[in-house]
Amino acid sequence: MRGASVGLRSELIGLGGIVERNAYLVKRYVWWEVAFFLWTVANTLTIVFIAEGVEASGGQLDVNRQTTVLLIGAVIWAYLGIIFEILTETVAWERWEGTIEYTFMAPLSRTVHLLGMGIFAVAYGVVRAGLLFAAIAWFFNLEMPSANFAGALVVLAVASVSFVGIGMMTAVLPLISPEKGTQLGFIAQGLLLVVSGIYYSVDVLPRPMQLVAVISPATYALEGIRDAILEGAGVGSLWGEIWPLILIGVISIPLGLAVFRRGERYAKQHGKLKRSG
Amino acid sequence: MSRTATAMSSRPQAPDGVPAVEVADLTKEFLRRDKRAGRFKRRRRVAALKGVSFTIKRGECVAILGQNGSGKSTLVRLLSTLLLHDGGSAYVFGHDVFTDPRSVRRLVNRVSVEASFFKRMSSGENLSYAARFYGMTASETRTRIPEILERVGFPSARRNEPMEDLSRGMQQKVALARALLTSPVLLLLDEPTTGLDPRSKLEVQDFIRDIRAANDVTILLCTHDLHEAEEIAERVGILDGGELLILEDADELKRHYEVSTLEEAFFKATGKSFEQEQADENGGGT
Repeated sequence: MRGASVGLRSELIGLGGIVERNAYLVKRYVWWEVAFFLWTVANTLTIVFIAEGVEASGGQLDVNRQTTVLLIGAVIWAYLGIIFEILTETVAWERWEGTIEYTFMAPLSRTVHLLGMGIFAVAYGVVRAGLLFAAIAWFFNLEMPSANFAGALVVLAVASVSFVGIGMMTAVLPLISPEKGTQLGFIAQGLLLVVSGIYYSVDVLPRPMQLVAVISPATYALEGIRDAILEGAGVGSLWGEIWPLILIGVISIPLGLAVFRRGERYAKQHGKLKRSG
Repeated sequence: MSRTATAMSSRPQAPDGVPAVEVADLTKEFLRRDKRAGRFKRRRRVAALKGVSFTIKRGECVAILGQNGSGKSTLVRLLSTLLLHDGGSAYVFGHDVFTDPRSVRRLVNRVSVEASFFKRMSSGENLSYAARFYGMTASETRTRIPEILERVGFPSARRNEPMEDLSRGMQQKVALARALLTSPVLLLLDEPTTGLDPRSKLEVQDFIRDIRAANDVTILLCTHDLHEAEEIAERVGILDGGELLILEDADELKRHYEVSTLEEAFFKATGKSFEQEQADENGGGT
């Protein structure tokens, strides 16, 4: 019993170490982080301006509402991008720096290692997504009179479990393919969002894509967050989006760990668990 | 009690009465693109280790000599749980390296030819997060990191400088500090002084001797520096083409090959002249 508690304490300290390391990296690359955030703001603006563009070209639409719909899509895209980047790029970065051998030979369970990265990614992603949302909403002077931000945050938090699970699967890609693995992570992000109604309703998708949308956590995240912000839906009425997210999360975390372990085993078998820079 | 001994006081427990390292018939192969296959990307299996067997006693220092591509790093990476084997067995203090890797990881740390740090982070930051992976709390590292950096001769004024601003010798000292911070009972040194200037090389070698004298640390030193092997290790092995040709104390090794220097013994054991050795290295290896 005491051994188990010592082991658990040690794992929790290790989890703290993963978060600590990523915090140091953000601190040491803070100006790169600022530059990347400004790029995300610019990227988001190019999408959100579409609503005003449609109106200017004679289209009939509620600009405020459509701008908010697009903004939510762009913010979720950026958030998912950060989750995948931190989970995937950290492995790729460790390969480049050569620290990967020291991290993978440390007595830290892979579950705790990946969960630590996931926790940091969610914390950092939420702060960044909040800033992005606030900046763009201020820029467009968007009105959200009935918005339930707490409800939106609950949906985002539940969805994040699934996102981290999928991120674990993509995190193994740089181990298998040091050259192209990271880019494959971005492809996974794009595929996930294209079927999930990122800037449009899932109803406009062809039938086969709609079927895939059913198993994508981003579908429920986008629907739930839009309902919370545009309609002021509370957690009770968001349950229709929350329970599928819980279900997908319960499946995706063990699946993500299993995929990562399999990839790690492949890398150890073929001598790929080593520095590449 | 010396500073090194203080720093190593909360070390993991290794069972008594078992060898520190016990390797039997260890084999590892890699798939390599067959250059002879021309444009068709055929792959062939290349043996990196061919049935290597040896034992290291607790507290002993063993050096393995070999040219680039001889299998030294493969051996270290297998014992570090970073590779899976294709045959044979390896135990570290009685723990199976391949079926019980987490128990092995608590006992082992390593220093390799590349210092390998997050280059923008400082030495203190690199050591701090790495220590957490071994269960060390912030209050423990707050005192131990300055202590161990001082012990390896790292100037305290440079503790907050990014690693990329440090010389290679300084980086290697921090790598030694990282390995010792976690109080390993088995230290794997993979060419720790390769590429260092003569002064840094001597400092690192002195430190290795020092920690051996002060602590119950078993060391496996892989090197191609014959002088370093003879100076530091109790027994010296020669690894060539993935085969461990011999593992004896340096004097016995010289007697065995009827030569007067370790260098001559090495060339006689591998059956190659110095010129051939150079040509092999220039041609690349596994």
